[in-house]
Amino acid sequence: MHAPESRLAHVAKVERKGSVSGELLREFFREMLLIRRFEEKVEERFRAGELPGFLHVAIGQEAVAVGVCRALEEGDVIASTHRAHGHTLAKGTHPNELMAELYGKLEGCSHGYGGSMHLYDVERGNLGANAVVGGGLPAIVGAALAFKFRDEPRVAVAFFGDGATNIGTFHEALNLAQLWNVPAVFVCENNHWAESTPAKQHMPIEDMTKRAEAFGMESMKVDGQSAGKVYEAAVKAVEHARSGRGPVFLVAETYRLTGHYIGDPQVYRPKEELEHLRETEDPIDKLRAELGLSDEEFEELDQEVTELVEGSVEFAKNGTDPKPDDALKNVYA
Amino acid sequence: MPELSYREAVRDALATAMRKDEDVFIMGEDIAEMGGSMGVTQGLLDEFGPERVRNTPISEIGIVGAGIGAAMQGMRPVVEIMYEDFLTLSAEQIVNQAAKHRYMSGGQLKVPLTIRTQGGAGWSPGAQHAQQLEAWFVHIPGLKVVFPSTPTDVRGLLYSAIYEDNPVIFFEHRTLYGLKEEMPEELEPIPLGRARVLREGEDVTVVATGRLVHEALDAAKHVEEQGVSVEVVDPRTLQPLDEEMIVESVKKTTRCVVAHEAVTRMGFGAEVAAVVQHDAFDWLDAPIERVGARFTPIPFAPVMEEYVVPHAKDVVAAIQRTVARDVD
Repeated sequence: MHAPESRLAHVAKVERKGSVSGELLREFFREMLLIRRFEEKVEERFRAGELPGFLHVAIGQEAVAVGVCRALEEGDVIASTHRAHGHTLAKGTHPNELMAELYGKLEGCSHGYGGSMHLYDVERGNLGANAVVGGGLPAIVGAALAFKFRDEPRVAVAFFGDGATNIGTFHEALNLAQLWNVPAVFVCENNHWAESTPAKQHMPIEDMTKRAEAFGMESMKVDGQSAGKVYEAAVKAVEHARSGRGPVFLVAETYRLTGHYIGDPQVYRPKEELEHLRETEDPIDKLRAELGLSDEEFEELDQEVTELVEGSVEFAKNGTDPKPDDALKNVYA
Repeated sequence: MPELSYREAVRDALATAMRKDEDVFIMGEDIAEMGGSMGVTQGLLDEFGPERVRNTPISEIGIVGAGIGAAMQGMRPVVEIMYEDFLTLSAEQIVNQAAKHRYMSGGQLKVPLTIRTQGGAGWSPGAQHAQQLEAWFVHIPGLKVVFPSTPTDVRGLLYSAIYEDNPVIFFEHRTLYGLKEEMPEELEPIPLGRARVLREGEDVTVVATGRLVHEALDAAKHVEEQGVSVEVVDPRTLQPLDEEMIVESVKKTTRCVVAHEAVTRMGFGAEVAAVVQHDAFDWLDAPIERVGARFTPIPFAPVMEEYVVPHAKDVVAAIQRTVARDVD
């Protein structure tokens, strides 16, 4: 038996994108900090009663969103989950458009028709966040099939959580993807919780790569709290898919450092566990240490992204409310 | 003019679109070498190859979802669901995904996907292979629903469905595959959303779909001998519904029967009846009658199956009820 990591040993190291320079890591850091500050602001504005709907933040999982999306090329597409703010920002949507969507404004990335759980930005390759767990996976297979049909060197990426690996769409999508050898990458953000249900109550296996083994699919496992490592793994996975060698199942071991939804009292989770994880597994703290950022450097970056986030709230609040009967538009093409 | 069966007409629509357009491909269970469980796709593998005539695993939610993904990239996939009972397995992708991507994205996406399926009673396959589930899907904003009853209509409408920019659920009735009709060599697309008057009449309008169109035509002949003149209207597209043509017909005849094979209760016919009573209230000389299956699963034993689903005699009885109420 090969260790999961070694199965892709034959994949050529991609010189251009494969190695992570300090400069690149610093960009990752800025992006992760932007996502963190954005989501903290979302929590704050939700608690202030300004944001309608159901909101799920991915605090603790920023390195996966950034590491994977930075490994993609223009023209590559993603499908996201109900925990989508990070993926959406990392795929290039401006915080203004994202925040405007959360406020239900026409300037939003889904023009007020989607909300936090249905974030789209087709121009930037975001085919939509999906509020049905596992709901986006089959369409990623179909997008990848279209790329293959048209001989386009593009890759389709599905994000989903460990909980989604129990649902039928996951199994049918992976089976089809491998059978058809399409350029798809399945990124499992294993945060060890399906809402309030811990992995040991929802999965009979511990090593998630076994899920892919059942389909004969290449798999990789990576420390999802390290943006650099996620990026390196994602570059390999994406290259593998793009070069026609088939889909890849990439498991990023990560942690949800908050509740399932904003306001979740998390009665199901020991407080000490969460405190411990926050102290030891915060991907932003980790990367800050890795980069050796001085307080001054950190403050400078923090101020910059915080201003961007504040600006997005201003932008959103000044946005245009849809007219009630705009609800009748966009039902049919 | 060549004579084509309903089955051959479906095949001709698929082949015509596939010859014209590389973006059209078909996928489904047993559709390649076997040519589909009903033989509809026979010969297409030889002409178009295994990539475009894609045999799939038994994976209804996966293949519908893959169709959605390919459609969102601008292809025009036609997914075959072997029996419409199995639409229930792909319902999540149809209802939550295909029907809503355009809307949830605020108009950024189109989903030009066609889902072909077939079903209906008549062969005693029992409760899981003989339902008529069109009413499930006409209820979902974002979907279009087509249910042709003749070879000419199935060919022209399927072609239009493939070129429709919205997801279409395309119902075929199993007992109609052998039905033959002369039609022009060249395929003539039929726009979605337009009903068809199959028989003109003066006294009663029967709005019928699928197999019941033919039962209604038989019933019309029968009551003609009794001096009742029946107009038969087939909506062909159930969503969007050609309300105008139906209402105009009822205004002319002043009586209406709605007939389909699916269960009567909460059925598509209830919507037609609601539209007619609202838009033609002052013209109606009798309550609108509904004909459909009894409220049971489809039973196995032929004698019970025969009893549960409607036939021409049921349409005749409904017509007679409408004219018996006539006071002049």
